[in-house]
Amino acid sequence: MISEPIAIETDVLVIGSGAAGMYAAIEASRGGAHVLLADRSLIGRGGATVMAQMTVAAALGEETPDDWHRHYDDTIAAGRGLCDEALARLLCEDAPACIRELDAWGVGWARKDGHITATTAPGHDRARCVYVDFINTGPAVSKTLRTVMARNNNIKKAGDLCIVDLISRGGEVLGAAGYQLGSGAPVMIAATATVLATGGLTRLYRRNSASTNMGGDGYALALRAGAALIDMEFVQFFPIGHLAPRLVGMDPIMWDPFRYKLGGKLLNGRMEEFTSRYGSDEDGKYVLTRDLATYAIVKEVEAGRGSPHGGAYLSFEHCTEAALREAFGPVIDRLAENAIDLTKMPVEVAPIAHYHMGGVAADASMATNVPGLLAAGEVVGGANGANRLSGNAITEALVFGRRAGRSAAERCKHMTRPQLRPQDTCEALDLLRAGAARRGPNTAAMIARLQAIMADDVGPLRTAAKLQRALADIAALTVELGARPAGRAASFDLERLDWFDLRNMLTVARAVAQSALNRSETRGAHQREDFPETLPQWRLHQRVDWRGGRLEISGAPVAAEVLVS
Amino acid sequence: MSQDTRQVATLKIRRGSPRDAGRWETFNVPFEPGQSVLDGLRWLRINKDPSLAMRFSCINANACKECMMQLDGATVYACTARLEPREMTLTPLPNKKLVRDLVTEIAPPSERFK
Repeated sequence: MISEPIAIETDVLVIGSGAAGMYAAIEASRGGAHVLLADRSLIGRGGATVMAQMTVAAALGEETPDDWHRHYDDTIAAGRGLCDEALARLLCEDAPACIRELDAWGVGWARKDGHITATTAPGHDRARCVYVDFINTGPAVSKTLRTVMARNNNIKKAGDLCIVDLISRGGEVLGAAGYQLGSGAPVMIAATATVLATGGLTRLYRRNSASTNMGGDGYALALRAGAALIDMEFVQFFPIGHLAPRLVGMDPIMWDPFRYKLGGKLLNGRMEEFTSRYGSDEDGKYVLTRDLATYAIVKEVEAGRGSPHGGAYLSFEHCTEAALREAFGPVIDRLAENAIDLTKMPVEVAPIAHYHMGGVAADASMATNVPGLLAAGEVVGGANGANRLSGNAITEALVFGRRAGRSAAERCKHMTRPQLRPQDTCEALDLLRAGAARRGPNTAAMIARLQAIMADDVGPLRTAAKLQRALADIAALTVELGARPAGRAASFDLERLDWFDLRNMLTVARAVAQSALNRSETRGAHQREDFPETLPQWRLHQRVDWRGGRLEISGAPVAAEVLVS
Repeated sequence: MSQDTRQVATLKIRRGSPRDAGRWETFNVPFEPGQSVLDGLRWLRINKDPSLAMRFSCINANACKECMMQLDGATVYACTARLEPREMTLTPLPNKKLVRDLVTEIAPPSERFK
């Protein structure tokens, strides 16, 4: 049965309903636009925001004097020479206003003596990171933005709507094509402005701290529509992701806030402190940046001094029960349900794919190089350079989301809504209507295989040999996947969803591995064992374009040098 | 730990859509202490039957609240319900509209595509 596609028109289409997407929707509607907010999962539930258990960096200066310039200096230093200065500046300068707006909306930032209280995260020169206790930051931000949207009739929400391609004509984006997961029915959306807020790519890795819908789909959508990506080789590994014992009901990145509060000792399999061997002494305080900590743990494991499951120990055994209870609150009880008693045992931790610094190239108005296409949140590349500072992820989601929403509304003021013609949508529609007569390959297993390839060969420590092997394996998987989707356009067909996901994930995996192979140096999160030095000639962004079905990678100077003039 | 690796959990799953009569299917999945029911279901999709429909997003954090279903007649989150080495019966939420297999329409009406 061939069903006619469902046709929708809107001023602004926002793809992805994490903090960036929701803030973009709210701001676009404040600018007078009608908005459609689409998410392949449930609104405000999938994505990374809801899982953010940690802190949000903003120079509020309520407890300690602060100024966005200081936040900016720390962001630039963490980025190892690769931050896009215009984006980093926007992030730091607009952060306090966004934090205060969320406060007014009732998010519930932790307070002391009437002030919003802040903690010092590694890499910040002072206490600058706000949070909602206990490890409830992301869920509170998500819920607050959902509640604000619920009062707004100009934002239509569409959960279970999977976008598979942007629709473009003559180098301009006119909307997007997708399908309704529940029915399989194709959907064509005409939009004056389209905002990508799809998050990062951590699902490419076996062990990751993100939702299952963070497979880098926005990068692939942008590429195929003619937008450029930058810095794709910079994948941030969170050094102390929970490894063992098995812990359910908690995000694997949960240990960080407690390290802020209590320090905690990082120990090798022989129960020795080891980070000083790699040039950084922890001394009971939590100061080690993510790239260095990841390196130290992986190297210790390689030297045969890892913990039983292949990581390091994190110990709070030196803390009193009362101190633990005060810092962890009800989390102590959830740990107890998992048979973890921190007064008596350490836990095992190991690096876990956490965030992607690279992404869609955008200017400080969040416009991409393709008219009609904007980007917001983690999907944007450049603001955090080669290594993201703790606390900047939710900040950029809020700041970039708000900015993208404003730009999208602005575009709608001087443009009329596009009319989609059959030739604009025929290619996407053809793919959406395709059904395999025979059973295709097991797409769920293929995703697991891709995750193993990326974890083993495009992980935190890289070599040319590993990256070349990964590229060959990715190419073989791409052939296996084929050009037409598995499954059929039926209700909630996960094999079909996996096929569309793999189509994007394989393209993005290739962009990451190829960019990593090209960059013959070590910088921030990109660590090449065969090129351990940071080289001045590599202070540039690698740009990825899609030309005739192939990835093209070129070098471009760091935007700072361009913008200074 | 090693003495438990050959144990299995038996998942008896209600499958089908509103357009068919529905059926029971039973799968054995490897069991390790501490695992969640969602771990078992994800193993099942990768190793036995990728066509099984279920909702989940955050995998382990119990943040997205998408993996609601019934285990032995009680509503649970699959990501926090423990897998056990016995027969476990999984059914879709009875008070929500069935989409397919373990997936039901759980979004508030204002957040659904219309």
